[in-house]
Amino acid sequence: MSFSLTPRGAAVEMVFLPVKVNVIVTPKKNVLDPQGAAVHHALESQGFAGLGKVRVGKLIELEMEGPIDADRQGQIDRICQDLLSNPVIEDYRWEVES
Amino acid sequence: MKVGVLQFPGSNCDQDSWHAFGTVLGHSTRLVWHKETSLGELDLVVVPGGFSYGDYLRCGAIARFSPVMRAVAAFAEQGGRVLGICNGFQILCEAGLLPGALIRNDGLDFRCETVRLSVNQQHALAQEHLLPAELAIPIAHGEGNYRIDSAGLAELEAHQQILFRYASQPLLSGQRANPNGSMADIAGVTNRAGNVIGMMPHPERAVESFHPSQDGLPLLRALCRDISPAA
Repeated sequence: MSFSLTPRGAAVEMVFLPVKVNVIVTPKKNVLDPQGAAVHHALESQGFAGLGKVRVGKLIELEMEGPIDADRQGQIDRICQDLLSNPVIEDYRWEVES
Repeated sequence: MKVGVLQFPGSNCDQDSWHAFGTVLGHSTRLVWHKETSLGELDLVVVPGGFSYGDYLRCGAIARFSPVMRAVAAFAEQGGRVLGICNGFQILCEAGLLPGALIRNDGLDFRCETVRLSVNQQHALAQEHLLPAELAIPIAHGEGNYRIDSAGLAELEAHQQILFRYASQPLLSGQRANPNGSMADIAGVTNRAGNVIGMMPHPERAVESFHPSQDGLPLLRALCRDISPAA
């Protein structure tokens, strides 16, 4: 937390605004996706015409202190590769929510 | 022969594994809590089945970072024997101690049945201990579908790392031969050196006369003997 002086001279607390990073993990394109296949089947039986590929992934939302500098970016990539995704079977991408 | 059976939050086959090695086979067996950082003097480490960390994120994805896994990796690096069963296999793959990955069964159903495994007679373990050509062992899993890229599969085949496959002739009539869609019908693999073994079926559930099969006995006995690394 930090303090700033209002125009009237009283100290107020600054509200801590975390940065939100969204990590999206999806099955690799050439990997079998049983869940995607099941959803595909379900959508088609709901009458959804002209349906192509369906893949089911996951969204991981991370709130963290900014800024997302080079160090932080490297750290995020590392946790994406080591924990949040399994590179054998999944791809990941992440973005900062503005 | 000293056996250690790991316990993670959510492991539930640790007691059965302890029973199989300790009571049935009579080896000195202890449970190893996932927070322990040293294994002590062990000859065999068993990573048991269950739902470590609730299978959150991915099966075994979180357990692989437990403190004990560093000691297991070092132990494996020195040639120590490690057996991963079901969730244990998943943990070893996530930890990079075994190649490939296990994903959701292709039929999306949890398969709980006794299956016929064919044992690779060219595998060092089979040759050294004259393992039978087939074993009937129960499975109980929702994510046993083994995946690896084509280069990885070629490596496994070339170096005889595939130890068990789901046999093309199922055990029971009407049963699906490959229960989960695993590539190349793979049910269990070893690392290149042959000291780390991972298998989806549960040999510790095939050791007592009241189990559907006792075919786990020759396998577990073989693991408790000296194993020379694959050439």
